[in-house]
Amino acid sequence: MAGNQSNNFMRKAVLAVAGLVLFYLCLYWINTQWDAYKVRILNLCAIYIGITLGLNLCNGFAGQFSLGIAGFMAVGAYTTALLTMSPQIKRAVYFIEPLISPLNSIQWGFLPSLIVAGLVSGLVGFAVGAPAIRFRDDYLGISTLGFAEIIRVVFTNTTHITNGALGLKGIPPHTNLYWSWTFALLCVFVMVRLTNSSYGRALKAIRDDEVAAEAMGVNLFYHKCLAFVVSATMAGIGGGLLGNLITTIDPNMFRFPLTFTVLMMAVLGGLGSITGSVISATVITIAMEALRVLEEPRVVLGIFLPGIPGMRMVVFSIALMLVILFYPKGFMGDRELGLDSFRNLAARFRRTFSHKQV
Amino acid sequence: MSDWRLETVTLEIFMQNIANGITLGSLYALLAIGYTMVYGILRLINFAHGEIFMVSTYFAFYGIAIFALPWQVSFVLAIILTAVMGVIIERAAYRPLRNAPRISALISAIGVSFLMSNLGLVIFGGRPKTFFRPQFFQIPIQLGSVRVVALFFIIPVLTVVLLAILNYIVYKTKIGLAMRAAQWDFDVARLMGVEVDRAISVTFAIGSALAAIGGIMWGLRFVEINPNMGLFPGLKCFIAAVFGGIGNIAGAVLGGFLLGFGEIMLVAFLPGLAGYRDAFAFILLILMLLFRPTGLLGEKQRVRT
Repeated sequence: MAGNQSNNFMRKAVLAVAGLVLFYLCLYWINTQWDAYKVRILNLCAIYIGITLGLNLCNGFAGQFSLGIAGFMAVGAYTTALLTMSPQIKRAVYFIEPLISPLNSIQWGFLPSLIVAGLVSGLVGFAVGAPAIRFRDDYLGISTLGFAEIIRVVFTNTTHITNGALGLKGIPPHTNLYWSWTFALLCVFVMVRLTNSSYGRALKAIRDDEVAAEAMGVNLFYHKCLAFVVSATMAGIGGGLLGNLITTIDPNMFRFPLTFTVLMMAVLGGLGSITGSVISATVITIAMEALRVLEEPRVVLGIFLPGIPGMRMVVFSIALMLVILFYPKGFMGDRELGLDSFRNLAARFRRTFSHKQV
Repeated sequence: MSDWRLETVTLEIFMQNIANGITLGSLYALLAIGYTMVYGILRLINFAHGEIFMVSTYFAFYGIAIFALPWQVSFVLAIILTAVMGVIIERAAYRPLRNAPRISALISAIGVSFLMSNLGLVIFGGRPKTFFRPQFFQIPIQLGSVRVVALFFIIPVLTVVLLAILNYIVYKTKIGLAMRAAQWDFDVARLMGVEVDRAISVTFAIGSALAAIGGIMWGLRFVEINPNMGLFPGLKCFIAAVFGGIGNIAGAVLGGFLLGFGEIMLVAFLPGLAGYRDAFAFILLILMLLFRPTGLLGEKQRVRT
């Protein structure tokens, strides 16, 4: 029995390593063969997967309806940008008010910058989460939205740190497929491990019934804060990757519509489903680009159609409304799509098939 | 940031600020009533309320600009259309989710809000439009050394009149009684023969009509209208409603006035903090929720499952 188990473990480990190697080989192939535009979209997919998973941890698994994700992304993006930009570029960008002293002369590598960005936004997540967890449902939503707006307003006004409304330009484009997909894989890994641990079960207990969970000995404050901090950390690192992908950031990027986009990804995929988030973040990111044709003027069958700005978000809002009205749990609900479900599907298929032959 | 000192002002500027504060406060109060009524009855933040407010300004604008209606007719039509729109939104987006988890209804509300602001962008165009200001609102009035246009008087006076009418409807009529009953308990109200759905529809109609009046006056006051103008006043007015005590109409009015007044005074007397104007309301909200979650005039919260 024990031999069988370790055998099983070995098989899984070999499969996992083989899968990873194959995955990174694919990334290498894409990186060398595909054009920059497609690579950029794939980068965005990976970043949004991570951020959506973070939001899903807080909103879906722990049931803490937070609308502050854009604020955490802003913190991460600014931290990473400030740490990775070279002193020369900083001097050129901060032409209204110079950057304060320790920040204006340092330039770090990408990895330590991302780690610091994660830590800083995790800290901010704690600062936001600790008071906010006293609220429930919609009050929590609106107060976290308020925190995100406060972060944005502070960033707009602290010109000597963030360059104010002008934003930052010339951020080094460090983000590539390896960085972003490693981040996405790490987020998936953290989520799978977390949700299958006692922490994950405690979070789901809090979501289902806070009072009962507390009566069973779940420490509400600790677990809610944990969800907030992990979620904010993921959003922060994702924001950092995003900043170094698009190379310019400004406070107005991180307004409520950004939160809405991420929330939409999590809701469409199913609040409480990891694979749902992964699939819907990928699909929506690609659809966002694909539907750009709606907003560009073009000629169809000899008829000139003017582009309609805003049409993409109309399509997505309608999709969100339809899903929440007719399929409130999203595409995946809180189920997961894994090897097991494929195996079950195959088994069922085989059964029906053999049945027919008899 | 560097300029923290109090601004020295002349009497004229001071009076102008008072007038600005009262008008903005009145507009916030009108919007906050819609939030507080809907929240009181459905326990739902009607995120779309700000967009209802935005669309009403466009109704009034197009009534004058395209259909060449006299402004009185256009304004009344805009108010009626907006009230109908509020009722339709409730039917389509909130009623199917009445027994769903509160978060689903909230996501639906956020979805409606985004759908409307983006539809606004598609239909009305992203470029701001200039609202038409009829001569009637621009009659100058001399008050000692201060000169203001009639609009600054019309807005608060109209607000007070509307409040009196609202008070009459809610406390003296049968439908008002039904609304108050539904606010306490749907099921028991139904058992007592109250048509809860109708009470909710009327609540949305009244709230949206007040938002439309607020929106039209907003257009008259600030002149520029654009499809994104709903989000911020909307959020701020929800905060005003929480500040005054959610579910309480008098509280919403008080909260709206205090918030509008506070914002203007902050910008007028501490110009160094003017950039933080948009954060002011949210800081107020968080402090209020932490230290007095029931709001200024709120009663102890009734828990309804």
